[in-house]
Amino acid sequence: MALAVPALRRYLLLLAQEHLEFRLPEITALLSLYGGQFSGEQEIHVNSPFWILNILSEEMARGLMKRTVCAKSIFELWGHGRSAEELYASLKNYPVDKMLPYLQSDSTYKVHIHTFNKTLTQAQKIKKIDALEFLPFKGKVNLKNPEHIFWILEDYGMDPNNVPEEPFHLYFGRWIADGQRELIESYSVKRRHFIGNTSMDACLSFIMANHGRVKPNDVVYDPFVGTGGLLISSAHFGAYVCGTDIDYNTIHGLGKASRKNQKWRGPDENIRANLRQYGLEKYYLDALVSDSSRPIWRKGMLFDAIITDPPYGIREATRRMGSQKETVKSTERSTENHIFVSSNYHLSDIFFDLLKFAAEYLVMGGRLVYWLPIYRPEYTEEIIPRHPCLKLISNCEQMLSSHTSRRLITMEKVKEFKDQDQNSYLLDGQYMPYRGHNSFREKYFSGVTKRIAKEEKDNQK
Amino acid sequence: MKLLTHNLLSSHVRGLRPGGGFPLQIQASEVRVRPVPFNAAFVARLVPRLRWAALLEAAESLGHPSELPPEPAPDYEADEPFLRRVHHVLLEVEVLEGVLQCPDSGRRFPISKGIPNMLLSEEEA
Repeated sequence: MALAVPALRRYLLLLAQEHLEFRLPEITALLSLYGGQFSGEQEIHVNSPFWILNILSEEMARGLMKRTVCAKSIFELWGHGRSAEELYASLKNYPVDKMLPYLQSDSTYKVHIHTFNKTLTQAQKIKKIDALEFLPFKGKVNLKNPEHIFWILEDYGMDPNNVPEEPFHLYFGRWIADGQRELIESYSVKRRHFIGNTSMDACLSFIMANHGRVKPNDVVYDPFVGTGGLLISSAHFGAYVCGTDIDYNTIHGLGKASRKNQKWRGPDENIRANLRQYGLEKYYLDALVSDSSRPIWRKGMLFDAIITDPPYGIREATRRMGSQKETVKSTERSTENHIFVSSNYHLSDIFFDLLKFAAEYLVMGGRLVYWLPIYRPEYTEEIIPRHPCLKLISNCEQMLSSHTSRRLITMEKVKEFKDQDQNSYLLDGQYMPYRGHNSFREKYFSGVTKRIAKEEKDNQK
Repeated sequence: MKLLTHNLLSSHVRGLRPGGGFPLQIQASEVRVRPVPFNAAFVARLVPRLRWAALLEAAESLGHPSELPPEPAPDYEADEPFLRRVHHVLLEVEVLEGVLQCPDSGRRFPISKGIPNMLLSEEEA
């Protein structure tokens, strides 16, 4: 990193302060998708909204912004300093021949000020803009529709209770492109036609497609497809999508609605109609009713990415097909009144089946992206399921409650699947935390379970 | 169900010989052709993943013979008329109602409203 390659140019990335842990894997995955690699100017402050990146070309920077939902904007960085003086000195060092094409007399421009963790008055802003008059601006100012937009960005740190007088960092750059933050609104679950109890929020589902490096003309598969929310983000990026689910009613769009004030699902609530709502129906391949513990696909590297949110028994039941006998047993064990047609599907088995499936059916370099539920007091990195054909790429936590969370796991297929790989990784005992009867579910509901047990005890007295 | 999906599906009934259960035989009672925008790059990417003979047979059995050659030509990626024909059978021909039958065990998987039901009972799986 110290040996700066001259071809690399410095860009400033302005990030949204949301899903902080998910940002670095997203930006890294997207840069690699466009043939680049993540290269920070200095050590990246992972939680800061400002990252200085070295990127090969403006085209690559634009490509990144066509995909990212974590970053707001990218700038060609002309200067950077820890004080106004340092910024001005840095700007005076920036090669004039790189500035001039954007400062021509027949062009229009404006200067915009963005502050983080502080609000400036209009007078303060104008003063800061005027201080830049040493730059050879030749064009005309046009506030409504300028050809070039230059930004002053000031970083007043992360602590809202301790805002400094002067910023810690100042940046100046030429605006290149905005990211895809507006997708979060335009794909909001609130206005989606067909949803389920566990539909993924739009931002996270785009992050999943980005972590999975989904690209146009890929085939993306979701083995726990539900109402198909995760397929929408992949289809938005030009991938063709298919999914399976064990729940016949969900795939067919039958049964009770998940929406408040709506009792039954309408006649056209299905995955295909969901894609149609967003103009993405051409990317629909098929939805099937099937049990993900029993692959229905012929052998071969069929899928470019597998993106999924397996059920872990909190808001949707974990199930696979079972005999009548088993059903009776599982209802006896269950404290709920539901009678499952299918038997409980242990969490350890879900992940075992999912990793094995991905190892076998992904193309080389293809990615598996899925959520793993975590009981936080017992979490160590060792409990992340492994497979010899899959390399762990990233692992990002989202809190669910004080003692539970879920982690978005991204793995890449790095080795061809051979039959002897099937069970080798089961030997090292890392599945123990997920062993037993739905242990995560039990822990999640431990408070509730204890209360019920106490009540039962009291009743017996 | 599109014929692309059919080309990737296999029966998974217990006790099949290795590689058995493919291709599933289609008995269709309702077939629909629904236009899908043509995307040459996507179809070209799919061709190496296909089992060609099974695709030809499936198209034939639905009454949509596609004038496809017995094997893809070596330079198919640049052959637009060829890719358009593949596109049509893979993505535009859909089975709405019918049955998929395992060629080895005879097990029948129903297709309803275009959606195959591949569930097996505990005894079969």
